[in-house]
Amino acid sequence: MNSSPRIGLARRESLWAYAFISPWILGFIIFTIGPMLASLFFSFTEYNIVDSPRWIGLTNYINLFRDELFWHSLGITFKYAIIALPLGLVFSYFIAVLLNQKITGINIWRTIYFLPSVIAGVAVALLWGRIFDPKFGILNPFLEQFGIKGPGWLADPQWAVPALVIMSLWSVGGNVIIYLAGLQGVPTELYDAAKVDGATAWQRFRHVTLPMTTPVIFYNLILGLIGTFQYFTEVYVLTNGTGNPARSTLFYNLYLYQNAFRYFHMGYASTMAWVLFLIVLVFTLLIFRSSDAWVYYEGQLRGR
Amino acid sequence: MTQSARSFTGVQGSSFILKAITTLILAAGAVIIMIPFLYLLSTAVKDRDQLRQSPPPLIPIAATTVNINGQDEPLYRVTIDGQTREMALIKNRPGGKGLFVDPANPEQTYELVIAGQTAIKHVEMHFENFPESLKQMKFNKLLINTLLVTFLGMAGMLFSCSLVAYGFSRFRAPWLNVLFILLLSTIMLPSQVRLLPTYVLFNKLGWVDTLLPLIIPQFFANAYDVFLLRQFFMTIPLELDDAAKIDGASPMQTLLFIILPQARPALVSVAIFHFLYAWNDFYEPLIYLHSPEHWTLAVGLQTFNALYAVNTNYIMAASAVMILPPIILYFLAQRIFTQGVVFTGIKG
Repeated sequence: MNSSPRIGLARRESLWAYAFISPWILGFIIFTIGPMLASLFFSFTEYNIVDSPRWIGLTNYINLFRDELFWHSLGITFKYAIIALPLGLVFSYFIAVLLNQKITGINIWRTIYFLPSVIAGVAVALLWGRIFDPKFGILNPFLEQFGIKGPGWLADPQWAVPALVIMSLWSVGGNVIIYLAGLQGVPTELYDAAKVDGATAWQRFRHVTLPMTTPVIFYNLILGLIGTFQYFTEVYVLTNGTGNPARSTLFYNLYLYQNAFRYFHMGYASTMAWVLFLIVLVFTLLIFRSSDAWVYYEGQLRGR
Repeated sequence: MTQSARSFTGVQGSSFILKAITTLILAAGAVIIMIPFLYLLSTAVKDRDQLRQSPPPLIPIAATTVNINGQDEPLYRVTIDGQTREMALIKNRPGGKGLFVDPANPEQTYELVIAGQTAIKHVEMHFENFPESLKQMKFNKLLINTLLVTFLGMAGMLFSCSLVAYGFSRFRAPWLNVLFILLLSTIMLPSQVRLLPTYVLFNKLGWVDTLLPLIIPQFFANAYDVFLLRQFFMTIPLELDDAAKIDGASPMQTLLFIILPQARPALVSVAIFHFLYAWNDFYEPLIYLHSPEHWTLAVGLQTFNALYAVNTNYIMAASAVMILPPIILYFLAQRIFTQGVVFTGIKG
């Protein structure tokens, strides 16, 4: 066999491949890896956009660890993550299980439950801001029906973060859709086999459904974690970018925004961005690491 | 997604009672989901007086009034001597009492305890709030900017992501798999870590306070849409490519005339996602667009609220208008939407 035209063909194929993916390669250099390196550089400088960056070594990092507001905003973000993430995961899983039942009108229910997830953003935040209003909102009058005196919600430093959690639960529809797909991917044979073995409904759920859907839970957990650390729009809209009352909603990303675009401390904000990146990286790796212990990969079964 | 719903208890095992309980819980949840929408719409059509009702009624109602001697007085259903009559309250008296008159005979007054009577209310909706609020927030300008960002960005995204997805799905080349994993890993990158230098770059180019920083990056592909398109391209039989190749088609022609027509559902899907993402996006328009004539709807609405928060009715009217296009799109393309989420998770 003559090998040289083959090499020529392979090389031509490679060239086509690189040509087709070149928009992304360019974009990756211009909008991802380039800026990442630049922000790493900025994090060691004092930079206000107008003057050129001035190298100050580790000063930003040292100042950051001494900055009370940094720890405060990190604390709020963790607090939100610790409440909202598990609650959202369990809540949306529960809804997905219900929406996976064979009952009449299931498509109507699905339509309603997915609806809030398409309208995220400013309008939703404004709406919930009104709902939480202690005097003219509808949440506290609703709670009063059960004899509960509602708090001031977004006006109360104690209750502002819980209010944001409630708001986030309203739009879990996106997670529900992903869980639903996972639930529908569980092979029927497994249920049949479990039934033959005499498993109860709960046992079938615990030992078939739950293990088989762990990859989807894993997926939602990772994306949820990343989303939580980027939490911004809702809290910006509801507090006009202040993070009030009493800085109780000064999320990490909001504080970063203030440093970058209010005070134009680009160097300091870059330090915050990199610290955030490292935090997210560590948590993502931890979850990935832990996944061996609890995520069941269907491929092991399907690969027969 | 398969259409057959499968219960966790198994198809035959779920009893009637379990189904009934499920339906009840779903119905209760659905009410909770729908009430904010109802509140949004009802607040949007209230006038100033109606806004002051606390707690706010979910149906926009107002006190029915009647004209007595040139003054609008609230109408009550009162009981006098065992007879129920409609009367107007013209004056409050100490001790929770009030002076009532019969509109037909305003001369004769009755002093009654107000708490014992029922105020007559009627449904009153001010649909003029919609045009009025849109005018105040300069909606048309904001809409044009939003549509420009959304659709020019969509064109750039479809163009670049189709090319890249094709490159990743149909060719073999050294390092291509590594590059693909690199592409996917960017999904997990917090955007802040590249945001500030990107801002500096656009600032140097003089593009800050123009729509360009929101549109141009879309021409350089993104991980979500490339991934979704690539997964779909992989399902298109290679025989079609081969046939085209035998007919002398170049790879570019194969993409244009074989792959893209076959991939229409996937293209529609990423287009819808892009629409929702660009329509709702707030962070980047906020940092890049400074002057009001360049704002998008998201920024315009936020500022409108920051300036005129007391006009809750106008804010809610504008919010209702803003969420309308995504909702319409959702109802038109629900199946595509749900399938797309399964592929990628929700963007942004």
